[in-house]
This record gives sequence, C-alpha cells and structure tokens, in this order.
Amino acid sequence: MKSRTFTFAIERFDPESGGKPRVQEYEIELAEGTTVLEALHQIQADLDGSLAFRYACRGAVCGSCAMLISGDVGLACRTQVHGLDTSVITIGPLPNLPVLRDLVVDMDIFFAKDAAVQPWLQPDEPAPERERLVPPEEWGEAEPYTNCILCASCHGVCPVPSRDPDYLGPAALGKHYRFLADPRDTADGKRLKLVDGEHGVGGCDTVWRCVRVCPKGVPPTKGILATRERLSPERD
Amino acid sequence: MQDHIRHDILIVGGGLAGLRAAVAVHDGGRDVAVMSKVYPIRSHSGAAQGGVNASLGNHPDGDDDTWERHAFDTIKGSDYLADQPRAETLAREAPDRVVEMEHWGAYFSRFEDGRIAQRPFGGAGFPRTCFAADRTGHHLLHTLWQQCQKRGIVFYSEWQLTDIAVEEGRVAGVVALHIPTGELRAFEAGAVVLAGGGHGRIFSKTTNAYINTGSATAAAYRAGARLEDMEFVQFHPTTLFGTNILISEGVRGEGGLLYNSDGERFMESYAPSVMELAPRDIVARAIRTEVNEGRGFEGEYVHLDIRHLGPDVIKSRLPGIRQIAMDFAGVDPIDTSIPVQPGQHYSMGGVSSDEDGRTDIEGLLAVGECSCVSVHGANRLGGNSLLETLVFGKRAGDFALTLNGSGGGGETRALDDAVTRRRRSIEKLSAREGGERQAVVRSEMQDIMTDHVGVYREEAALERAVTELLELRDRYRRVTLDGSASHLNYDLIDTLELEGMLDLALITALGAVERTECRGSHWRTDHLGRDDGNWMKHTMATLGEDGLPVIDYEDVIITSYEPMERKY
Repeated sequence: MKSRTFTFAIERFDPESGGKPRVQEYEIELAEGTTVLEALHQIQADLDGSLAFRYACRGAVCGSCAMLISGDVGLACRTQVHGLDTSVITIGPLPNLPVLRDLVVDMDIFFAKDAAVQPWLQPDEPAPERERLVPPEEWGEAEPYTNCILCASCHGVCPVPSRDPDYLGPAALGKHYRFLADPRDTADGKRLKLVDGEHGVGGCDTVWRCVRVCPKGVPPTKGILATRERLSPERD
Repeated sequence: MQDHIRHDILIVGGGLAGLRAAVAVHDGGRDVAVMSKVYPIRSHSGAAQGGVNASLGNHPDGDDDTWERHAFDTIKGSDYLADQPRAETLAREAPDRVVEMEHWGAYFSRFEDGRIAQRPFGGAGFPRTCFAADRTGHHLLHTLWQQCQKRGIVFYSEWQLTDIAVEEGRVAGVVALHIPTGELRAFEAGAVVLAGGGHGRIFSKTTNAYINTGSATAAAYRAGARLEDMEFVQFHPTTLFGTNILISEGVRGEGGLLYNSDGERFMESYAPSVMELAPRDIVARAIRTEVNEGRGFEGEYVHLDIRHLGPDVIKSRLPGIRQIAMDFAGVDPIDTSIPVQPGQHYSMGGVSSDEDGRTDIEGLLAVGECSCVSVHGANRLGGNSLLETLVFGKRAGDFALTLNGSGGGGETRALDDAVTRRRRSIEKLSAREGGERQAVVRSEMQDIMTDHVGVYREEAALERAVTELLELRDRYRRVTLDGSASHLNYDLIDTLELEGMLDLALITALGAVERTECRGSHWRTDHLGRDDGNWMKHTMATLGEDGLPVIDYEDVIITSYEPMERKY
C-alpha cells in the first residue's frame, strides 16, 4: 500500500490552563486507506500522548468523533486521509459547543436539546400482547430520522446556534419529527407545542447544511419543514 | 476524603444490558444510576447489525418455531458447552423481550402483514432473527436510551471504572475516575450490576470498538470473581478487509455468497447442507483454510458477493453494510464483491454468572458480554448476543430489586481503602519517568493474541503467547505517561485499562493451552476432535495470591439435550 507523509495541524486548547487555543503540527507517514481517526490514534500513540479526542466504534455508528477536518465538519473515523487531496490537514473541535480540551467538546448542551423534545414513543393505547401491526406503507416516513446517531455534526454546521443558544437545533428537531411521523405515536398535539416558535422549527434558516453534512442520511430540514406544515393550520 | 456518591443499585456500563437492567430497577421502584465510560449511546451495542433472535414465528418458513427449538439450536451451536437450563431461559423469554422493545418504539423492519420481519441466521434452519434493516443494535440501543430518558434515570457518563470494593465477601461499591475532570470518587451501592461489554481489543484484528477493553471484567477478576471460559473467542467470518469492521451475518442471511480466488463457492466443502449459513466458527475456519491453502486473495481475504440480490434489496435490507463497504473499502456491493476475512468479534467468556446475574461475590451481578452465564458456550449463534443483553439485563435488574443493601449506611472501609490505593497508584504512575509508552505494550499484546491465540491454535504457539504476555506484564509495570494533564488524560485511562487487558489476554491464552480438544471456536490443530470425556467442563480462572491466574474447572449443566456430533 502506498504511504505518504502528512502534516496534521491540530488545534490544542486547555481552558483550565488559562492559555489560548494554539495550533500544533505533527508530521506523520500514513498508508493509503488510513482514516483521520486512525491518524489521530497514531499521533497519540507515537508522538503525543497528551492529545485529547473522543472515539469509540471507528465504524461511523457511535457518533463520538465529529470534528472539523480541513475546514469541514465530519466524522474522523469515516474520513480517509488520502481522500482529502492535501498534505496539510487542519483539525479542530466541532463548532458551536464549548471546548473542554483539544478536540473534546461539552456534549451535555447538545444532549439536553435532544431530551427537550421528549424523544420517546408516546402511544395512547396500552400495548397489545404481541407487536403493534404496522402496514409497510405507513412504515417509512420516520425511517430516515431513526438513523440519527447524535454525533452533532448537524449542530456543528448549523448557522443558528451561534446567534440563538436556545435553538433546539437540527438533531433534536429531526428526532422530534421521527416521533411525529411514527404511526404508533399519538402525542402529536403535545409534541407540536414543544417545537413551536423561534427556538423550535421557526428558528431554522433552511439552508440545508445539516442535511448535507449528516453521515447517516438524516434530513433534519425536511422534517422541520414538514413539522411547520403541521403547525400552520393550527395557527389559522 | 470527599463524600461517597450513593445509590441503592449501581449499573456499570450503558450498553443494552446495562440500560435494560436500569429500566427494570427503576420500574421496580428502587434508586438506580448508570455509570458509563462513554455517553451511553456510544456503547458498542449500537454497532450490532443483523438482528435479535426470538421464536416469533412471523415468517411462513418458520411459523411453527418454538422456544424449545431456539434453545436446542443455541445449545447445539454452543458445541454443548452452554449450561442448558440457562440457554432455555434465554430462548423462552426471547419473544417477550423483543416484543417489549417494539412497544417501546424500536423501529423493526416489517413483513407485508405488518408484523416484525425475521431473517435466517447461521445455526437455525429458518428465519428467526428479528431485525431493523442492518442497524438492529443502533435501533435497540437508542430505544432503550429513550426509555431511560423518559424515566429520568441518573447517568454518570464518562466515568471510568477502576476498582470494585468487597467488604467481607459482599460488594461495597466501586471506584471510578471522571474522565473530563480527572476526579477519583467512590460510589457506594447496595448492589452493583456489571454490564461493561466485551474485551475484543486484546486482539489486533477485531470488529470491536476501541472502547471494548474489558475493564469491568478485569475489575471483577481483581476483586475475586471467577472468570469463565475465557479461551472461547468468537472470530466472525466476515469482517471488512483492512479495518475489520463487521460485515453482518445478515448479509449471508439475505443470500450473500462466499467465493475464493478460484471463483469457487467453497462452503460446499465445509457445510454442504447449509453452506454460507453454517455457524460462525465453521465459516471462519473455512475462510482461514482457503487462505492458508492459497485460495485467498492477496492480503488474506475472500469475496462476499451480494450483487445478485439487486439494488432494491441491498438498499432496503442492507443499507448500513453498503455504506460501510463504500466508506471503508471503497467498493459498492451493488457492483463489486466485498473483501472479507475473519476477525475477533465476541468474547464468549467473562465474569461467571447465573441466569439472575449472580457472581461469586454477593451483591455483584454481571450481564451482557462481560458475563458468562453461560448460554453461548463454545460458540455463540448470531442474533443471540443482543437477545442476551435484553433477557439477562432485565433478569439481573429484577434480581437486584430483591437484594437488601442500599447505598449508604454500610461499612465502607474496603471502599475507602480501594480509593486510597488507586489514588496512590495513579500518583506513582504519574511520577514515573523514562519508561516506554503503554501504546507499545498494548500493540505487542494485540499482535501476540491475533498471531498465536487465533482461529487455529497449537501448543507451541500458545506457550509462546503465554511467555510473551508474562514479559509484557513486567514491562507494563515500568510504563510511563506522556503528559500530565489533570483532566481528559486518555493516556492515563489507556494505561489503567491495559493492566486489565493483560490479565484477560493471559487468562485467554492459558485456558487455550490447557484445553486439549476442539470445541466451537476453540480449535487445536494438535488435538483434533471434541473430547467430551475430558472436556465437558467450563474453565474457571481466579486471581491467585502471586498475582497470576489459577485455572480450575466446573461441570457443564446438562439437562435435556444429550451431546451429539455437531454437523450442519
């Protein structure tokens, strides 16, 4: 396999030390097929054990490693180093969330938004003995939204959180629509109230950045627009 | 010393088993909290793809399915090492646990009649595996997480377990390090449920997440609990060449075919009646044999072909696999075969426990992959691990409700001592200078395990592995940290975990040396054939006074199913 030397220019920051963010460069030789996450691990193992970043599955299902890679938000595990077409790769923390250290951001803020939309199934009838029967034609609208892995990539690219910290954001609003569109969930009236207004679906700029960045094909903007549709007749 | 954090029942691990136990405890009205070294939804349960077994009988080809047949398939699949009453419990309670997940919102794939869809998996002759596309683990994990959110269950995320404290034979609590702040704290609890997951990362080629280091298993061992059947390691036949990311058994369940470099569908020579749907140990050995005999592709892989399924089936049933193949191997399975090779996948062994999660230590329960109940025996069937988390997670949670202890009020000297000891050992480690990094030791351990304790095993290589692992333990005592960050110090976390990984690796290799037979995943090229006369027993490892494991044996519980030759 072909290998090449890359320079990783990584943003380092420890708010507890009182210093300012700085960029540290690491030179490293990487074989073709290496992902950004593997490169960070190699840097941590061979060059600098103090580098802090989150990871778990390395297969784009756990949602731990969203960060800024050469200026774009993405999952480090899913990004091929050789595919970036540059020998100098800049790495920074995911935007729109406070940095705890280096590439590790405070996710509690993000998870609180998720919790705010009551993301659990709310049926009004007691469960039958066996599974609820759902015909395939009703089974599908919610499906893309169930694939969200809460990686917060969408939150990182959204233009709204920086001007409105209370904005629920694309992940939570997408999750909200996942339940709104689920034929088993009957709490629509209550659910719609949770996201009405400027901090909810009204706050979206509809620039579709979240849809483009999502590593799992979730289309939050589409769900937000569908939710707005559902809200509008009730306003009349 | 700071006050202890107190809970009646503390769950360690936020994957499916831990969350299911937490829901059971909460619904039983007791105080419960979940500690996880990651945010719970990052847990490796979420990476499970193919499905969860339950004899629902929703598919016409399996409408006469029964839990008894499921139990039999599980026991046969285990090469008769499973404890039979426990495998029966697993199968009997499967339909309720799976249907309950549907009731809680899990987005299972559906048949035309609206019922949960089922697909065939290895080791069962018909469709029994319920699935949500090829992201079943993701759907189940997020659904249970949502149920925890609904109940307002308390979580301690990014807390790394370091020690389990035992006071006069009874669990007193645990010591844990808060990764974001570096704070070391004692958690006092009346009962502790370990649900820490597997330890696949003791191998270099594994489908497991970076986080699957077995820290809960190792902590239980250090606290005096026995580890069971650790030499039984599942090698999944189809992991993606290069990264060893899992390529689900569901791919073969949907009709995927395996070809060698001569273009032969080689499973014909190994399992002529069920072909690609033979259990995992058999398919993994078949692929290794093809490669060893020169019929693999360069890089030691074979082809998994699903082109004949067509774009519609691939996109609707296997969208995640397609994405993985495109992202990590640069191939679209609609047009090109997927390059696959065997890799470590699942730890059948773990903390010895029973159907209620009980271990050797009173008040300490273990469930999920970190435990050994044992229902998987020498080889786990696909679709039974997600099931195990739900069935035994609930059972352990229910059992914990019956335990008297509460968090607080008890004698805590053992817990205080454990915190002090751990604090001192971290200080000593942080002060040490001039040694090698933990990453070097770790990577050598992983290579030893993959090279010498893999799919095919023999005495000389296993002995060599033991010797080298003992040397690595010595080197580990001199490793030094790089950097001195007080918080988010991953080098420190990795170093603490490596100690336990070396223990688990050594126990695995020792158990494999001793077991002179072939059974399920454990294949000795120098001792061919299963030896029921001598080896119908579980391997038990206990921490000895010299710090090395002591190996002992315990009979398998056999009730209804006489061991037979295992043919497919």
